[in-house]
Amino acid sequence: MTTVSLTVNGQSVTADVDPRTLLVQFLRENLRLTGTHVGCDTSQCGACVVHLNGQAVKSCTTLAVQANASVVTTIEGISQGSELHPMQAAFREHHGLQCGYCTPGMIMSAIDIVNRKGNTLDEQTIRAELEGNLCRCTGYHNIVKAVAAGAQGMAQAPLQQAAE
Amino acid sequence: MTATGIGAPVRRKEDQRFVTGQGRYVDDFNRPGQAHAYFLRSPHAHAAIRSIDTGPATIMPGVIAVFTGDDLAAGKIGGLICGWMIHSKDGSPMKAGPHPALAQGKVRYVGDHVAVVIAETLAQAKDAAEAIVVDYDVLPAVVDTAQATKASVQVHDVSPDNTVFNWHLGNKDETEAAFARAKHVTKIDLVNNRLVPNPIEPRAAVGEYDFGTDNYTLYTTSQNPHVARLVLSAFIGVAPEHKLRVIAPDVGGGFGSKIFIYAEETVCVWAAKKVKRPVKWTSDRSEAFLSDAHGRDHVTHAEMATDENGKIIALRVHTTANLGAYLSTFSSSVPTYLYAPLLSGQYDIPAIYCEVDGVYTNTAPVDAYRGAGRPEATFVVERLVEKTARELGQNPAEFRRRNYITQFPHATPVIMTYDTGDYAASLDKALEIADYNNFEQRKQESARRGKLRGIGFSSYIEACGIAPSQAVGSLGAGVGLWESAEVRVNPTGSVEVLTGSHSHGQGHETTFAQLVSDRLGISIDQVSIVHGDTDKVQFGMGTYGSRSGAVGMSAIAKAIDKVIAKGKKVAAHVLEASEGDIEFKDGRFGVAGTDRSMAFGEIALQAYIAHKFSGQDLEPGLKEGAFYDPTNFTFPAGVHICEVEIDPDTGVTKIERWTAVDDFGVIINPMIVEGQVHGGIAQGVGQALLEGAFYDESGQLITASFNDYCMPRAIDLPSFQVGMTVTPCPSNPLGIKGCGEAGAIAAPPAVINAITDALGHEDIAMPATPQAVWRAAQKVRMPMAAE
Repeated sequence: MTTVSLTVNGQSVTADVDPRTLLVQFLRENLRLTGTHVGCDTSQCGACVVHLNGQAVKSCTTLAVQANASVVTTIEGISQGSELHPMQAAFREHHGLQCGYCTPGMIMSAIDIVNRKGNTLDEQTIRAELEGNLCRCTGYHNIVKAVAAGAQGMAQAPLQQAAE
Repeated sequence: MTATGIGAPVRRKEDQRFVTGQGRYVDDFNRPGQAHAYFLRSPHAHAAIRSIDTGPATIMPGVIAVFTGDDLAAGKIGGLICGWMIHSKDGSPMKAGPHPALAQGKVRYVGDHVAVVIAETLAQAKDAAEAIVVDYDVLPAVVDTAQATKASVQVHDVSPDNTVFNWHLGNKDETEAAFARAKHVTKIDLVNNRLVPNPIEPRAAVGEYDFGTDNYTLYTTSQNPHVARLVLSAFIGVAPEHKLRVIAPDVGGGFGSKIFIYAEETVCVWAAKKVKRPVKWTSDRSEAFLSDAHGRDHVTHAEMATDENGKIIALRVHTTANLGAYLSTFSSSVPTYLYAPLLSGQYDIPAIYCEVDGVYTNTAPVDAYRGAGRPEATFVVERLVEKTARELGQNPAEFRRRNYITQFPHATPVIMTYDTGDYAASLDKALEIADYNNFEQRKQESARRGKLRGIGFSSYIEACGIAPSQAVGSLGAGVGLWESAEVRVNPTGSVEVLTGSHSHGQGHETTFAQLVSDRLGISIDQVSIVHGDTDKVQFGMGTYGSRSGAVGMSAIAKAIDKVIAKGKKVAAHVLEASEGDIEFKDGRFGVAGTDRSMAFGEIALQAYIAHKFSGQDLEPGLKEGAFYDPTNFTFPAGVHICEVEIDPDTGVTKIERWTAVDDFGVIINPMIVEGQVHGGIAQGVGQALLEGAFYDESGQLITASFNDYCMPRAIDLPSFQVGMTVTPCPSNPLGIKGCGEAGAIAAPPAVINAITDALGHEDIAMPATPQAVWRAAQKVRMPMAAE
């Protein structure tokens, strides 16, 4: 067993884990943060995307020990109490989800896209940047709209962005 | 229309939990003392099992038990079933081979279940599975659909030539006669490619047994938990029906693949009692590719006869349908009664004859996948109609219009009676949205850039609202296909609706609440929708076949009517009027012609406190249930137009425009309906351009991960132009036709018709990958760029 210490959604966490434990397993099983999902075993679907030190990573291909001494943010950690993060609100407002399974990874990727590409995103940029996230329900039409709107929303809510 | 009533684009109630990571899917459930199951699967497509030595595995760290098919047989656990009996032309029943949950003596496809290891951790179970020694006598495999009956390989003893059934529908003599007098006959050979449904949530199951109460609980990724319970109890014999609780919580997409009762949940429930621990299994994606029921896989030859006026006079179709190695739960119905009855499309075709040969192969079982038979039928009809129009030198839109059914009801030669529709209205609207008049201009502009532009139509129809129980019973279904609902009004006036429908992305918690809000005049926040738990909902048939609106909501509407009727009785006592004078309007019970009235919630309270009437006159309480059995299928229909631009140098097909005009009857929530259309189109485009499940000759699935099986990504798809026309459905009280499958049904022929239009020839199969399109484009002499 190996000891890992990290900060998850603002809280310090220390645990002994089997060295082969994936970050997603650590989040889901040790911390019971089940909002982060597993949809494949080849790092293709993106249902497991979380932020590691502020950048999107696929937690199914990250070992928990790689996250040692790091800051991890999951879907459970981006809203401010009952107030949704602008990207969460945009997914809801624009019907950017159906079954909800890919949604946490989509939202975490979308926030990362905005962090990297800014708040004004055109359709082609969004579609290209969503390369690492699969959705089987929506045909992406409303996800694209949600990401564009969420990006605008993040510009108007800088405090929330900083809190992340 | 109120802000939250029928027709309003209400934002979804369920989204709060999904966008915050609070959804609860099966793999999120962990039961105290839970152990983990891992299935050892066959690496061979076809092999006799000489012996299985589980001994080395049982002594591995953390292993609790290892079971094989012999253990299930000793426990008197029956095989998995196919619930729809199909009879061949000669009257003989389909040849159903045994389908044990864990193999007995033979494995029949790569991924077939050989043994299960139950251990303290999943990693330990996986490690131990590698220690099981299986002595296989590897046999040759049959995988090719078209060659299955000619192969020397025999998948099941019951079927010497691998035929499951030789089935037919329609009128052969009339069809032959019409072909004999036809002015023109168009022929086509088609392969409807095998697909893997791939909901992003893999299947999962947690089985649990309570020794104190003798109760079993199964958490499972199901679209129809009551059907799962019925099959597990009555046919497989895992537990008595009244002792088995099946819970299907949030389910991450289904698309048909989670209708079926699989080996894994069977074993988890059974093993939980054997090992005295809850047993959990979660599929990984590789297992899903191997063992989820696949979709489609047809090989078809079809011919369309037209007369001297360009009128379609007959259609004949021969299809070989690959059903895989075993008959999955509803597999036999898909290429038969969900397929051939749709071969009339939107067209007045006086004579149709269809033969379908269902065959076994050493591949994963094939069953219903979004559309289930209807995409296959639509692909045949719409490819053939397009090709006929081209051969006759007619405009494809106008050729369709000339042959549309215009009088309703319309009885087709393939047992359907279409109740209503206005196909020309959808065509007109689609042509307008697609800016069809300026297509030639865009085509020339593409040609100037060295690109090939094409436009393709799909005038699809589907049969949804599945289905009238008597009708499907006469066709071989083992169950009735009604739906149930219970409307419980609380003393405070809030309402719980218990429904047999199941939501796995469709947004029932919102749309069903909209119906209640509309009818009872209360806020949707006052309404809870309860589904997916057999201990809460008495019975239900579940969600598939675009049935939850037309059938599920009709049951709710019927129960609401009963609640209002009971409320009027209560109101009559409270308002001291005769029952006949009580009106219910805008959420209030009032006495006609007076200003005396009470709100719905006030009457609900009166119903429960029962101070104003005696129990002899009127039962206290306000709770009503209903079973709704539809009177007919519903017939959503529409026109999709796909416009593509092909780069002949790379073979890349870019969808430039997508127009969808659908008639779904009355729409409860247009935002959700449009979302269903988008998702369906994406799956249809996936089939047409990207997706294909391919086995090599030895039966190895060579597209068994997201690295090898090309799922549509955001960059592969355009934004869609979606329009609606409405002819209310006369066959149910709400006028709903259903919308869940339309896109997947409409899209494939629209794409291929567009590509063949661009190429100028018909020689392209699905998936039309860049490589395939590039090859096809080489046959075309590029028009010289305008210089």
